Amino acid sequence: MGEQTLQTMTWLIPVGPLLTFFLIVLFTKHNRTLSWLLAWAATISSLVLAWTVALNVFAEGYHHLEEHPNVVKSAIDWLPVGDFAQGTWLQMGVAVNPLTAVMLLMVSFAIVMIFVYSVGYHNYGQPRGSHIGEPNHGQEDPLIARFFALMSLFAGAMLLLVVSDNLLMLFIGWEIMGFCSYSLIGFWYAREYHLEPGAIPHIPPRKAAVKAFMTTRIADVVMLLGIVYFYRVFGTLNFADALSAHGLETAVHLVSAGIPGLGLMALLLFTGTVGKSAQWPLHVWLPDAMEGPTPVSATIHAAAMVSAGVFMIIRIFPLIAVGMGPQGSPTVGWVIAGIGSFTALMAATIAVAQYDVKGVLAYSTISQLGFMVAAVGMGAYVAAAFHLITHGFFKALLFLASGSVIHGMEHGAMEVHDHHTDPQDMRYMGGLRHKMPRTFWTFLIGGMALSGLPFITAGFWSKDEIFADAWYQFSHDGSALGLFVFIMLGLAAFLTAFYTMRQISMTFFGQPRTPLAEHAHESSNFMTIPLMGLSIFAVAAGWFGIPDTFLGLDLGKINLFHHYVGSAIYKVMEELHEAHLVHHAIETLPWSWVPLIASLVVALGGLAVGWTLYARKPLQKDQKDPLIGILGPGLHTFLNNKWYWDELYQKVFIAPTVYFSEKIVYEVMDKGIIDGFLHLVAHVFYTIGRYMKRTEELVFGDGVDWVKDQFLAMVKEFRQLQTGKIQEYVVVSMLIASALIAVVLAINYGWITSLF
Amino acid sequence: MNFIQDNLLPLTVFFPALAALIILLVPNDEKNVIRRLALAFSLVPLALTLYMWFQYDRYTANLQFEVMAQWFPAIGSSFHMGLDGISLPMFLLTTILAPLSILASFSIEDKVKMYMVLFLVLEMAMLGLFASLDLIIFFIFWEFGLVPMYFLIRLWGGADREYASFKFMIYTMAGSLGLLLSIQVMGLATGTFDIIQLMDKWVHMEGTHLAGTGLSIELVKNVAFWAFVIAFAIKVPVWPFHTWLPDAHTQAPTAGSMILAGVLLKLGAYGFIRLVIPLFPEQANLTAGILATFGMLSVVLGGFAAFGQWDFKRLVAYSSINHMGFVVMGIAVMAYAYGRAGSFADPGVAQDAIMATNGAVFQMFNHGLSAAGMFFLVGVIYDRAHTRDLKEFGGIWTILPVYGTILIFTSMASLGLPGLNGFVSEFLVVRGSWEIFAPQLAMAMLGLLMTGAYILKAIGQTLHGQVNPRWVKLPDMTLREHLVIWPLMVLMLSLGIWPQWLLVFINDTVTKLFG
Repeated sequence: MGEQTLQTMTWLIPVGPLLTFFLIVLFTKHNRTLSWLLAWAATISSLVLAWTVALNVFAEGYHHLEEHPNVVKSAIDWLPVGDFAQGTWLQMGVAVNPLTAVMLLMVSFAIVMIFVYSVGYHNYGQPRGSHIGEPNHGQEDPLIARFFALMSLFAGAMLLLVVSDNLLMLFIGWEIMGFCSYSLIGFWYAREYHLEPGAIPHIPPRKAAVKAFMTTRIADVVMLLGIVYFYRVFGTLNFADALSAHGLETAVHLVSAGIPGLGLMALLLFTGTVGKSAQWPLHVWLPDAMEGPTPVSATIHAAAMVSAGVFMIIRIFPLIAVGMGPQGSPTVGWVIAGIGSFTALMAATIAVAQYDVKGVLAYSTISQLGFMVAAVGMGAYVAAAFHLITHGFFKALLFLASGSVIHGMEHGAMEVHDHHTDPQDMRYMGGLRHKMPRTFWTFLIGGMALSGLPFITAGFWSKDEIFADAWYQFSHDGSALGLFVFIMLGLAAFLTAFYTMRQISMTFFGQPRTPLAEHAHESSNFMTIPLMGLSIFAVAAGWFGIPDTFLGLDLGKINLFHHYVGSAIYKVMEELHEAHLVHHAIETLPWSWVPLIASLVVALGGLAVGWTLYARKPLQKDQKDPLIGILGPGLHTFLNNKWYWDELYQKVFIAPTVYFSEKIVYEVMDKGIIDGFLHLVAHVFYTIGRYMKRTEELVFGDGVDWVKDQFLAMVKEFRQLQTGKIQEYVVVSMLIASALIAVVLAINYGWITSLF
Repeated sequence: MNFIQDNLLPLTVFFPALAALIILLVPNDEKNVIRRLALAFSLVPLALTLYMWFQYDRYTANLQFEVMAQWFPAIGSSFHMGLDGISLPMFLLTTILAPLSILASFSIEDKVKMYMVLFLVLEMAMLGLFASLDLIIFFIFWEFGLVPMYFLIRLWGGADREYASFKFMIYTMAGSLGLLLSIQVMGLATGTFDIIQLMDKWVHMEGTHLAGTGLSIELVKNVAFWAFVIAFAIKVPVWPFHTWLPDAHTQAPTAGSMILAGVLLKLGAYGFIRLVIPLFPEQANLTAGILATFGMLSVVLGGFAAFGQWDFKRLVAYSSINHMGFVVMGIAVMAYAYGRAGSFADPGVAQDAIMATNGAVFQMFNHGLSAAGMFFLVGVIYDRAHTRDLKEFGGIWTILPVYGTILIFTSMASLGLPGLNGFVSEFLVVRGSWEIFAPQLAMAMLGLLMTGAYILKAIGQTLHGQVNPRWVKLPDMTLREHLVIWPLMVLMLSLGIWPQWLLVFINDTVTKLFG
């Protein structure tokens, strides 16, 4: 396909969904069917465009791509920032290289699946519900048009972010997604919870929405500093220009930046990822974001928003690599990989003690993102990207499947008229395998991919690649960071397999533990067909990343993912490596048995322990979670309460901020000190004025009164002409006018000059 | 026709005054005639401005539509007006907001004629100020703008209007006093009040002492500089001179707040850009760090104070301090670079200065749109519910779906959401300040964070939550209200997506300043 055609197509990828948002909001919002049809049409055309562009990129072959990674490249002048005759503009543009191409494949497909699913999820075709801004169980949501409008905007923003050729446009998409996540998490803005003791704690969606927006905004304002720093140093925000070998070498030699500067820049930008991809310490928003409708959870937590955070640090990888390279500071790597691996393990420990079926997945998302971040932090560029893609598929699948489970449970609740039992609580499920077979099998596939079930699932191959990188760094370079990451992620992967097995067992195995589960039944085709679509990728996506030297054999160049995605920065990294600015170029690792054995042990071990505890003897009604006995109630409560991060932040940050705003800044500073001072001054003048008035009365007496009377009489006459308090206007204007005239005259006749 | 062509600018400036005179002739009880007439008249300056907009020559980007007439030769003051790429956008902003504010005031029933007359006089004062190129003229318009605003608050304001209007008057007058005296001194010292001439004569004044006195030029310049700075800092307002603003805004009628936030605050910032920095480059350069610090304090403390409010209008009022802080930071970068020897030779610094100044002027325009929109929307809900207490609202989105959506849109522009206008200007200011004022900028990010906090607080308290039965009967927005807000929304979106249609005008003039 011609270059021009590809460029146009790339520009059009985000346009459809973005436009759909406006179309629905302005024109079709009252026609609910047309609204979702429009959203479908837009996302499906984006899918077609995205896949066409991506496949055309791959068709170049990776040898060619290594030399010329940016197959599609087009930019327009957007912001004038200097002499227009010299063409000083900040440009906006699109670029597709192999990395963005894979991302396009995953994002556009997952989004279409989610859009299809959403129609069923909101019970399209059922009688229309009457609860505006609240869930309508079993009835069609009255705000379905608004839902699809916001989802379209969300999808458009994500696609915009992916195709962007510069940091600013990426940031624009990034922030619009932030707004969409806010609006969609708070979609049921009127919902209130009346929690009973022992139930899973929920916060109202509107609060969860604010929490998500504000927590990510903390990171975003820091990231903004990173962006302007980037712009200042490189003189451009374009990835390809700035992050070329030439650009980076020039930046290194700039006095103001230098290598530590680049490290700082990388960390400022990375902060954005910490917020968006929910890494510790800013991970707290993500679990509460589950308050949104489930398709939203899938969009935020799999296909779009959180992936964007990791995608960004992969996109700027050469910068990070130089920042932590031989001449940079190892601190950069430790910070990134440290946060990633700590988050991975911490979130995994929390996930084992959750009862909310979506809550487990939420923490699992945080944990898996930690894997990717840790991979970037130790320089495993391809492994991070690979896990990002496979995770996108299987996590979208898991979220949608869990939504289907909840939908089934809600159906049960409707039939038995029980509106107190939380349909998301796994303790009340059980035995859904036979009630919801399609959901079960697809959930199982997603769960196995998440656990890293060896050889078949995608999750195995991508996790294995991270382990291989970590081990190589330790065994080959003697890097302590490599060993640290290897151990932390190994533990996290073990827990992952364990809690996934626990979740599947509690949900699907055994006998129904409540009438809700008893009466649950399979969701509509709108919901189950997307599950099947995603299942295919949750398995097959991994086959593109089987190592070339798997099991020590020489299999040829079968690791297509590695070669293609690697080619996006292959040349840059090669040149930077020659200039001794980075530790490693993009290289194929030599075979080692250690990581393979490790991933087999943790995945199978975790699954086995989970099986023993939960599947072999399924939970009975009212039976306590066996894990409480094993961990002890203290530790279990600690994990169940998510390490108490929320409570800590409430005490340390939120409450003091409110107090500082309302009491210190407003009442003490503004009302007390500043206004108090002004009132004091006014009081002093007033007092002086009173004494002067008295003096005046004593000294001048009648004379002044006469002037005043005359003046007032004049004013009164004037008042006849006008109504209201016009006299005041006249008084003031006349005073000002006469003062002005006096001054002008004084100057004019040189009176003032003579004073000096 | 030639007369009109040659005098486009003064015609635009004084047309509202003429309109005010005509309206004075209409009988008092013909309220609808007065309203419609005022609206129609206020569209004329807009049309004239648009005409000038398309006539403006971007290539030279210098002062255009210049008018110079004898006015007061004895003291060296002349009637000198002109527009460049900095004042033209301000002109456009004023002429856009004036008709919208008048349309928003159609609900005023009390003393309609006086109200409209004052409004038109106010418009004239603002336009005149942006066009002035002579200090005396500038000062006259400066003071002239005060009086109508005072009465708009005093006569059509809320419960506490006397205190608020008085505070507004005294605060501003306190600043004007020093301004007036300094202007005198400058005129005396150089024999001219012409700003363009002063930029040479006053800045490069020879000798060490002021002619005929024992005062050193250094001292006089410093004193005059601070007098200028304080006058404009009060108007912007820069923390800690800001406490008049929340009171004035809260008490002013809706349209008064729209104009006050939309245009009047810009007079202060405009004063910095047009007068303080060009006339006192050395002093401005030396004190740029202080200015940046106070700008940062406005951003941060304005943000916190806004978050601490429970009165919707007061919250929006404090948000102005927060947003104008970014203008001040951009101005500080301009001050730093403009007066610094060698700035122009250093492409990095010149680039920073161009971006920051572009950002500051653009932010003035953007804040004008979003603040006017926000105040209007607060007015809409206040007209219906007769309360502004955020604690009393809740669930309004369910009752007024259209209003809710519009409020969210406008709030997001105010919040600086990318894709809408505020983001672009904030980005430019942040980019320009990074190298020069990194510590202040880093602190200011805290204020940017609080921007999100208070906007979401306002949305959450009004729109979200269960429906409060008290508000179930509230009617949604009327056609007139739609007509006020839609132009603003279209502008906000267009400037967010395609900012260059406005920014090129600003950029070309600013680039010349540093080129």
